[in-house]
Amino acid sequence: MPPVNLREALRQAIDEEMARDDRVFLMGEEVAHYQGAYKVSQGLLQKYGERRIIDTPIAEAGFAGIGIGAAMVGLRPIVEFMTWNFSLVAFDQIVNNAAKMHSMSGGHFHVPIVFRGPGGAAHNLAATHSQALESIYAHVPGLKVVMPSTCEDAKGLLKTSIRDENPVIFIESEVMYGDKGEIPEGEYTIPLGVGKKVREGKDITIVSWAKVLAHVTTKAVAELVQEGIDVELIDPRTIKPMDYDLIVDSVKKTNRLVIVEEGWPFAGVGAQISHEVTNRAFDYLDSPVERVTQEDVPLPYAHNLEAASLPSIEKIIRASKKVLYAD
Amino acid sequence: MAVAVKMPKLSDTMTEGVILKWLKKEGEKVTQGDIIVEIESDKADMELEAFDTGTLRKIVVPEGGKAPIGSLIAVIGEPSEDISSVLASASMANVESQAAPAQKPPLAAASAPQVMSEPASTAPAPKGQPTDGRIKASPLAKRLASEHKLTIQSIPGSGPLGRVIKRDIEAALSGKIPLTPTSQVITPGTAEEVSLSPIRKTIAKRMAESKQSAPHFYVTIEADMDAAIAFRNQLNNVFEAKISFTDIIIKACASALMRHPQVNATFLGDKMRQHHYVHIGVAVALEDGLVTPILRNCEQKGIGRINQELRDLVDRARNRKLKPDEYQGATFTISNLGMFGVEDFVAIINPPEGAILAVGAILEKPVVKDGHVVVGHTMRVTLSSDHRIIDGAIAARFLQDLKKMLENPAALVSIT
Amino acid sequence: MNEPLTAVKESRIESKLQGLPKKVLLGWYDEMLLSRRFEEKCAQLYQMGQIGGFCHLYNGQEAVSTGAIHAINHDDYVITAYRDHVQAISKGVDPKPIMAELLQKYTGTTKGKGGSMHIFDRDKNFLGGHAIVGSHIPIAAGVAFAAKYRNERKVCLCFMGDGATNIGTFHEALNLASLWKLPVIYIIENNLYGMGTAVERASAVEDLTKKALAYDMRSAVIGGHDVLEVYRTIKSAVDHARETYEPSLIEVRTYRYRGHSQSDPVHGHYRTKEEVEEERKKDPILIFAGVLKSANLIDDDYIESAEKKVKKIVTECVQFAENSPEPPLDELYKDVYYDSGR
Repeated sequence: MPPVNLREALRQAIDEEMARDDRVFLMGEEVAHYQGAYKVSQGLLQKYGERRIIDTPIAEAGFAGIGIGAAMVGLRPIVEFMTWNFSLVAFDQIVNNAAKMHSMSGGHFHVPIVFRGPGGAAHNLAATHSQALESIYAHVPGLKVVMPSTCEDAKGLLKTSIRDENPVIFIESEVMYGDKGEIPEGEYTIPLGVGKKVREGKDITIVSWAKVLAHVTTKAVAELVQEGIDVELIDPRTIKPMDYDLIVDSVKKTNRLVIVEEGWPFAGVGAQISHEVTNRAFDYLDSPVERVTQEDVPLPYAHNLEAASLPSIEKIIRASKKVLYAD
Repeated sequence: MAVAVKMPKLSDTMTEGVILKWLKKEGEKVTQGDIIVEIESDKADMELEAFDTGTLRKIVVPEGGKAPIGSLIAVIGEPSEDISSVLASASMANVESQAAPAQKPPLAAASAPQVMSEPASTAPAPKGQPTDGRIKASPLAKRLASEHKLTIQSIPGSGPLGRVIKRDIEAALSGKIPLTPTSQVITPGTAEEVSLSPIRKTIAKRMAESKQSAPHFYVTIEADMDAAIAFRNQLNNVFEAKISFTDIIIKACASALMRHPQVNATFLGDKMRQHHYVHIGVAVALEDGLVTPILRNCEQKGIGRINQELRDLVDRARNRKLKPDEYQGATFTISNLGMFGVEDFVAIINPPEGAILAVGAILEKPVVKDGHVVVGHTMRVTLSSDHRIIDGAIAARFLQDLKKMLENPAALVSIT
Repeated sequence: MNEPLTAVKESRIESKLQGLPKKVLLGWYDEMLLSRRFEEKCAQLYQMGQIGGFCHLYNGQEAVSTGAIHAINHDDYVITAYRDHVQAISKGVDPKPIMAELLQKYTGTTKGKGGSMHIFDRDKNFLGGHAIVGSHIPIAAGVAFAAKYRNERKVCLCFMGDGATNIGTFHEALNLASLWKLPVIYIIENNLYGMGTAVERASAVEDLTKKALAYDMRSAVIGGHDVLEVYRTIKSAVDHARETYEPSLIEVRTYRYRGHSQSDPVHGHYRTKEEVEEERKKDPILIFAGVLKSANLIDDDYIESAEKKVKKIVTECVQFAENSPEPPLDELYKDVYYDSGR
């Protein structure tokens, strides 16, 4: 099978799930007639019609709430945010309604819904349009958070997310939509909460996910391997539930951990992983856990400042050498 | 039937209320639903309805008065009814609920000063310069050192601030010195004063007392351990256990002590107490001293049970999790330095016990068996005895029996 | 623009009763009385510390819940805000588990997880009390969306307070419901105050139905003291929605006798004692009793017996709740995720 790009992989997932289940529909800004702001939904209107591919006004709280209400009474909406930055005006709907409905109603109602769209920084989009919000959503009990780094994972994870009975936050990346990758032939799904060992190694464990993994961390790992450092690279794929076992077992082997994420440092996902590893593998650590994150600033517009703020190959190599006492 | 009117809970955060105004006077009739009193809560001024019909017999908390939630503020009843029991039962509750908050220290005194005490600068010390006497080591290095019985203090650390890390342990194990030692924990030619930990102080006091008051004498015997080694291997193979020589020695001592109650005795000034049970203390080394957790009633326990209990006790002793009754009340103590290769040594009695057994290493030695010199395995044990209650011959007979048990370990297995 | 709904005033008693059978009308009366006494008991239990948190009571507004909810079918949906006990009762939720929920018990409607502001019942299509003002208004549109998506002729009633008409989600939801023709009936229970802020101090338009004009939505304003008038108006909006999928916005002018919540004063800085006393004279239960009496459907004996019947139900509710166990601690992690145990 020829390689596909990420938007095609996502579209296949949506298309296949809509074909197998009439309860699934796609709703969001520009998803229908415009063919998708990033062309993820290209062609779907022609195939499924306006009943199931639905353009919304610019009203994230309104249409997120409509998705939640529809899910409560049995539909399985896919709600697209043009970017995750815009989800913040629907934050109350996601946090107070989608996440809590099942618990707060004592199990009477649940919300099988997927909120998806691109997250994180692209290029020169400045502070409000460049946010990696996974730690904020993962903080809330009741939500699952999924962040694929490859085309194969994106398709398999999105299909699973659509079938999941819980609200799923599915974060893609605008700069990855054109990335190409092989995907398996035929029907397949990937379970949530199961991470992947991208590379086996014995000297150091690096945990990273999504775009920063695909575009930055893998390059840093290649350089480290060149220098003779045998890196074990882990992609958790799902932020919540996190595959802690995979990471802890790896750290027990390598004794050193670096976590690379695009979000801000304070209370970030890496902080949580670090805590879990310190708890469960304390006697196996030969150095403190290091994190590479975005700097603790709103992301600036100018290219040089933007680059200085985001995780880079150099920062990852520096952190890796630090935990190896090789700096 | 007289009923109590209690201070209502008017908000979820309210703890007490203030009576603003009584809308009914004592002696006035009230009907269920009538507003009888206005109350100020932490949130607002509120009205309280009567939940009962009758006469407002008594106003307990006057206007302007404060009362905690649930305390009596008034009584509603029939005009001539005796309300003293309602008043009495409720007044106790009022006293209790009012007394509690008064005992709290003033808020300002409790929380104010600490805020400022954080030092303004926490600039890191330069690499390789330890800032205090603490030995820094990575958690992994500590675990490896403990597994390999290395003293972490003796290993130079090559990590930041002299942290001992995995490669330092590996270097020490391979006999190599780390290639780039960046710090020196101990500076040659200097001395330092280390204050005594509480456990160290206790040991100092008790050992000095023992050696000064109890006249010690020492008897040593050597046992052929070939049979014990075979016995241990058999046990471990058959039961997939990890029986240690210490376990076997404990059991052998217990059997021997039951035959020699004079050795299993404590000195009480004008009398001695001979025990017909055996509580054996086992010395366990800690970083800053030692502790002797006690295996109780060893005479009744099999080797497997002794093994399990000892493991648990040693584990908890190292983690300082022993309860007092787990290290107090031994009738006899065993101290084993065999794992350090020590051939024999003498130990100080742990008072008020009468004796202590010092156990050396099992060593390969030429021994004479059936008239031939062969390679054998021997172990030397030394009994320190308090001459006030134990004489030389008693000590010797005890050791003779102990030797017999160790050389014929089948005797340690109960056949009844 | 759609033509506005108008409330028809009828002088003739037969016409006022709209051909409703006696059994139905007496059922409504009993329900309103139960609602009143149930909430009074809640007030008492709150002051005794048995009910915790926030507890918003419905006294004075009974005609709105009974009149509106009896204008829909059993399989239609109701969703509301945090003043939700009585609407749950009107939708057929057993009052016993409601009381047990308030008393923090395992037998409560949500096993002691939601509390007063979050009553839910899947079997009764009662989609909850929701405690963030305005947050449930788009959900109601979503429920109506699902009904239309599946070609079901079902409608969703969505109750809200006057204060909710000033928040963004109200406007987003009204726009979407009208734009997509979703069968939802939005009912503003205008009790004149959002907590302690009078409508005219919070909304640029005092006639709240003017807000429907911006979204080309049908609307009407009616009095909320007459259960029959509420029924007639909501029924007409429901029938229209079932027929055309078109939504409506109905403002019902009502009044709450108690404070905003049980930790707030009945009167004080924002309204006078005299105003509350004046409003209590227009009591919806007394008005309805008067109508039923003049139609010779009930007499004083009936009223007395209804009072006894209702008192017994409330007592049974409290007994049920008090005799119920607290939620077991292993419930803590249940229901957080759909697959985490139910």
